[in-house]
Order: sequence, then structure tokens, then C-alpha cells
Amino acid sequence: MSVVVVLPAPLRELAGGEASVPLAGYPGTVGEALAALRTEHAAVYDRIVTEQGEVRQHVNLFVGTTSVRRTGGLDTPLEPDSEILVLPSVSGG
Amino acid sequence: MPETPRGLQLREGDVLLMVGTTKGAFLFRSDADRKRWEMDGPHFPGEEVYALAFDRRGGRRDLWAAPASAFFGTTLRKSVDGGATWSGKDERPVRFPETSGLSLERIWQIRPGRDHEPDRLFLGVEPTCLFESADGGESWTAVAGHLEHEHRAHWTPGNGGLCLHTILPDPSSSERMLIAQSTGGVYRTDDGGATWRARNAGVRAEFLPDRYPEFGQCVHKVAHHPARPERLFLQNHWGLYRSDDWGDSWEDVADGVPSDFGFCMAVHPHDPDTVYIVPLESDGFRCTPGAQLRVYRTRDAGTSWEPMTRGLPQENAYETVLRDALDVDSLDAAGVYFGTRSGRVYASRDDGESWEALQEELPPVVCVKATVVGPA
Repeated sequence: MSVVVVLPAPLRELAGGEASVPLAGYPGTVGEALAALRTEHAAVYDRIVTEQGEVRQHVNLFVGTTSVRRTGGLDTPLEPDSEILVLPSVSGG
Repeated sequence: MPETPRGLQLREGDVLLMVGTTKGAFLFRSDADRKRWEMDGPHFPGEEVYALAFDRRGGRRDLWAAPASAFFGTTLRKSVDGGATWSGKDERPVRFPETSGLSLERIWQIRPGRDHEPDRLFLGVEPTCLFESADGGESWTAVAGHLEHEHRAHWTPGNGGLCLHTILPDPSSSERMLIAQSTGGVYRTDDGGATWRARNAGVRAEFLPDRYPEFGQCVHKVAHHPARPERLFLQNHWGLYRSDDWGDSWEDVADGVPSDFGFCMAVHPHDPDTVYIVPLESDGFRCTPGAQLRVYRTRDAGTSWEPMTRGLPQENAYETVLRDALDVDSLDAAGVYFGTRSGRVYASRDDGESWEALQEELPPVVCVKATVVGPA
């Protein structure tokens, strides 16, 4: 049992082609999960988070079906089997 | 699905035209007669490419690009095989220090450094900052003298964002460089980047109560010829200027143009007094005046300007040419190239006397860079 980050297609190439990345350890929050992701896949992390440690404006993270913007952002708590879904927002032109 | 780019087989003497759009980059190659062009692209499909460069110093044939995803940020990519492959997808070497509180939004300018410093390159980015590499682009550092400038809190973004878009190193001195940003205006260092002084005397700011402030102007582009680097030409957000003293003072040279509003500017490769611009109607209507697509050329350093029209549409042409979408190659006669927001690329191979559409129906063009392949 582990926390899993599910990646959108544009980021999978940066994770060796994997659609989902199981994280080592037991991250208790979304922020801790992203830190664990950075250890394993720094390039993926950099596409999700700015150099100031903020989730990019047009990237949305969901735990289950709820956006973490509504549940405390990076402090959103995780269960041992939580799934973090990374999705680009409906922006762009 | 777009075609997969194969890259271009670049040979010595070829002309390479790099075109950045809001949906990717396109490469064009021709031999020196510039009559037939091979197109390759889109590179980085779906990503905007505001900055491109070709570095031919030290025997290199390096293509640089700065694609930016609407979602996942900006990367800096390099190709040494004509665009067949690009390195840098999994790296982000251009980063603001955490203590700055800033995050990279977009790279607006990639500038290979002086010929005698072949491993030095510069970047102009948004939010405005000058980055420097001393190892051929492997690693980058924000130039502290600019990052920590006392004016920073007063620089505000224009319509395109708060961007540093012009980098003009003095070819003979590692100590001197001029940069321009929107807004903020022109700054110059004479001590290798440690300090930067605003150099905007005589450049107006229509949008401020003080029309001639020390800094804060919305400069759109500055250009010069490396053989006469102290002579500068400036396209302002309203205003067209020349300086003969590295920006210490500016003189209005807008006599003879239909509008002094515009974005792009390029200097002829062999004549420091010949300059090309594409005026636009106004800041409220950013289209070519009279619906006529006209490149204006001066051959006397701005004393007079003449419209170049042959081969360009002269009716119903509501075009916009952005700040980095005009460039020249180094052949004689010079090739002059520009791209429009409606996705057309025009080329002249006779110093701007006549034009033809090189490519149409591209995504909106935001960057055009031309070069001749070979030693610097």
C-alpha cells in the first residue's frame, strides 16, 4: 500500500513512461508527497511546482475527486492508499 | 496529428530561419539564393516559443529554443543536429533563487554572448531578469545587479508581461551591456553587470503623469549594429528614437513614418544606419496603418523613412508584427524576414526592396530569427 501520483500524458515521458508513480515512505500530506516525488522524479516535480514551491497556476491536483485547492492545498492530509491525480486545467488557447 | 519534425541538414552557407509561434517552432532552410525553402516542424507542438537563437561561435551549430507549456512551465532546449533532437526536456536550469520570491514565467530572449567569450550566453526572462551562463548554457545564474535592482519594485508589467526582451552586449567590452524591458525601459551596465543605470533620457512614457521619467518607459525593442554599437535605435510604446552615445541621450527620429507605435526593429547586417521597422496604427488598434502591410526602412539613421511595399498586401491587411518577429540574415544583399500574428512569414532577399510570402497559415508568429550557417 502506498500513495500514488497519477500523471497526465505530457508528463509520463519524464517518469520513464509510467502513468502512475508509487511513492516511497508514507507521506502524510500532499506537500510531503510532492517532496517524495521530487526525490524520484525531479523533472516531473518541476513541471508541477514552481521554484517557489507553489503548485503551478494551471495545474490541478486532486485527492480522490476533490481539488486540493479546497482542502488545504499542500497541507491536504493523505491516507496510506491515497491517489493524487495531476491534471492540466482548462486553460490555454 | 502534426508531422514529426525530422530536423534540417544544415550545410555551410545555408540560411536558417527559425520561427517561433504560439503553438510551436518551425525551422526553414534555404541555400544562399533564398528562393526555395524547406520547412521542418512543428517543434514543441502546442507550446509557445517566444525565444529562439542560433549560436555559431566556436564552430558550433547550436539551436536554442525556449518552449513554454500553458500548464507545465518553461524549458530551455538545445539541438546540435538541426532540430532532429532537442536536449533539456527533463531539466530546468533557469531558476530564480528561492530568496527572490520569483518564479520563471517565460523566456523572452536567448542571446549568445560576445565572439571572444564563446561559452557565455544570456537570457532575458519574465518576470524581468537577466540570466547569464558561463559554461555554454549548462548552468544559469540570475545577474544579481539586475535581480536586486533598487527600481525593481517600480517595474510593472505591460500587456505581454513584465519582460526583459532586449540584450545588447558591447562586442568589444565585457563590461558594457545594454538591456531593455517592458516596463522599466533601457538600462546599461559599464561594470560587467554589477550595477545598472537607467538610460531613458528623452524617451517618453505616454501612460505616466511624468512623460519623461528616469525609468518606467515601455520600450518595445532596441537594436544596433555590432560595428557601431554606440548607435542605438529604439522602438518605444509610442516613439521612435536614436542614440549615438550608448543610450546616454535619445533623439526622436519618427519623422516620415505613419505612426511611431510599433514593436519590432532590426538593423541591416552591413550598414549601421539602415534600420527596418513595421509601424502599427496605435496602442488601441495594433494593426498596420491604413490596412497596408508596409515595412519602413531608413538608410540615413532615421533622418528619413521609406515604405517598402512591393510584394506586400496593400489593402485589407490588418496585420501585427511583434517585438521579436523581424530579423535579417548576414548576406549581401541582406535577407529581411518577418512574421505576423496571423501566421504569415514574409521574406525579402534584396535588402527589403521586394517581398514574398515564405509561409502562410502558421499559428500566430511571435519570434523570427535568421542566420547564415557557418563560422561566426
